[in-house]
Amino acid sequence: MKKVTYAEIEGRSPGFYGLLALLGALVLAGLAAAIYMETNGHWVTGMDNEIVWGTPHVFAVFLIVAASGALNVASIGTVFGKSLYKPLGRLSSLLAISLLLGGLVVLVLDLGRPDRLIVAMTTYNFKSIFAWNIFLYTGFMVVTAVYIWMMMERKMNKYYRPAGFVAFVWRLILTTGTGSIFGFLVAREAYNTAIMAPMFIIMSFSFGLAIFILVMMAAYKWTDRPLGDAVIYRLKNLLGVFVASVFFLVAIYHVTNLYITQRHGVEKFILAGDNVYTTLFWVGQILIGTLLPLAILYSKLGRSRTWIGFGAVLVILGGIAQIYVIIIGGQAYPLDIFPGYHVLSSGFADAEAYHAYTPSLPEVVLGIGGMALSMLMVTLGVRVLRFMPTSLADAEVDPHAASQKAA
Amino acid sequence: MSDNELKAPDQSRRKFLGAGAAALAGAAVAPGVSLMSVAEAKPLDQAVSDKNRWGMLIDTSRCATGCDACVTACNTENGLHRTEHPKTDAHWIRKVELQNRSTGRRVALPLMCQHCENPPCEDVCPTGASFRRADGIVLVDKHICIGCRYCMMACPYKARSFIHEELHDQVEYAPRGKGTVESCTLCVQRVDEKGERRDPACVEACNAEGHKAMYFGDLKDPNSEISQQLSTYESKEIRTDLALNTGVRYRGI
Repeated sequence: MKKVTYAEIEGRSPGFYGLLALLGALVLAGLAAAIYMETNGHWVTGMDNEIVWGTPHVFAVFLIVAASGALNVASIGTVFGKSLYKPLGRLSSLLAISLLLGGLVVLVLDLGRPDRLIVAMTTYNFKSIFAWNIFLYTGFMVVTAVYIWMMMERKMNKYYRPAGFVAFVWRLILTTGTGSIFGFLVAREAYNTAIMAPMFIIMSFSFGLAIFILVMMAAYKWTDRPLGDAVIYRLKNLLGVFVASVFFLVAIYHVTNLYITQRHGVEKFILAGDNVYTTLFWVGQILIGTLLPLAILYSKLGRSRTWIGFGAVLVILGGIAQIYVIIIGGQAYPLDIFPGYHVLSSGFADAEAYHAYTPSLPEVVLGIGGMALSMLMVTLGVRVLRFMPTSLADAEVDPHAASQKAA
Repeated sequence: MSDNELKAPDQSRRKFLGAGAAALAGAAVAPGVSLMSVAEAKPLDQAVSDKNRWGMLIDTSRCATGCDACVTACNTENGLHRTEHPKTDAHWIRKVELQNRSTGRRVALPLMCQHCENPPCEDVCPTGASFRRADGIVLVDKHICIGCRYCMMACPYKARSFIHEELHDQVEYAPRGKGTVESCTLCVQRVDEKGERRDPACVEACNAEGHKAMYFGDLKDPNSEISQQLSTYESKEIRTDLALNTGVRYRGI
């Protein structure tokens, strides 16, 4: 394999500054939305005492889950020794840190008391998976930063494999922690299941890779650097495997619940209800997020970069729909406080067939601001440091395939 | 809200009461006579202990349909006012009316924090703001609550409320704050008022209405009325399947 040359992007074009301006504006809008919500109080959001985690959590969890998945590309190169993936390691790691930070910022700004972040960082209850996650998230950034350093600094190159291994294990534990936030909720029928952890891990593979493919294709196209089919086809095939794997775990989750009589209510609510969650599940998660991408990636359409990019966008949209169904759908289905009883009235929404929630503009703007922050970090990152190989042409990354193609 | 915090507003009066109670206890014990209410007293500089476990028993057969005296009393006692945004108003206690799905029998009962022995809210709280006092009362330390609302996700009873806006006209012994989570405190300000411990406002109001559907007392004192009731008659916890060993028990569901 040839030696890979990395270089900063030039970053002088109007397009580059335009992108920075756009992302910067979205970040500022997100910040303004957060300030608006904090000064007025959360009553200005779609949230209430029934739906306590709203749209910001959907964006935050999506970004955090995708972050660990974005690191997979690097892990496949380092831990599993696949040479084609090695040149992608730096960009993969940068994307992972950026997505995580974007997600965390949204999560923190949606707290009731974001000003008490220091309390969250100094006062712990170690039985709480949330407290564990604070270490897992901050640790992930440190571990991944060290990994990037080992990859970039020639003198440290010899340590990059163990660093990559640590980062890989860390990211698996991190997503286990994120899934377990829901898995450990004993009282809610949509949660309270160990499958949340592995399901979130596979979701992270899928969402993270979809974002990576899009970022990579955009970055190489906009900087006129060569990007060969070998990398793209390999990644899109892998994305297909991940999308199908998510579908498998989702199917097991629902089939298990359907077997448990006690959970028929919540299953009916999600799978066959007269509500937005049923639509989001079948149209958003299954059709747009699963079936269409699989059809695109594994058909002739999958030879076209435009279609591959479109497929990745669909995976992302389906992923957001999936997390919306998990987080908000899971809360919208009322707690069964009195099994065997029908609640006639309570003055506190217990008698509702399901709890309504409509995302408010500030919540959506905060979430998008978090996404923009992630992309801003990536854009600035590749401008100031050598994250991107100057070429990902087939001859550079996979000479064997390139020679076969030539023959 | 920490124990100390709750005591803060009227330390001097309480110290006086504590000293008085101690003196009274001494006087009472000396001749070999023991008064239950005084024997429970503890000096105010002493932490709460696990010698008591405060709890409640609700007799649903006595809980009147349409009556919400307990809810009104709780709101008055703890300074919970209706806001202009009823959708996000806080509820520490609510009156629930139920109908058995198979038999059609109707039941009414008040529902509030069940003061679990193993509270899921305490388990999930990242900072330890949700905590259970040694005497069984589950509280929120509003100084370290970051408003993450994970406890609200975890509570099986939807007993907690998040403060969605700036509050006014608070009562000094039940401080509340925008952006934090709160729930029934079993009127801890009354429980801690040693020497003259009073029932929580809801229980007092229920008795005043003549319904007497709510009992409050020490579950660890075999002679307390609540313990006597629990040992004599059938009662159950809500969501027994979760094995939380709640401090609030119900009869007739």
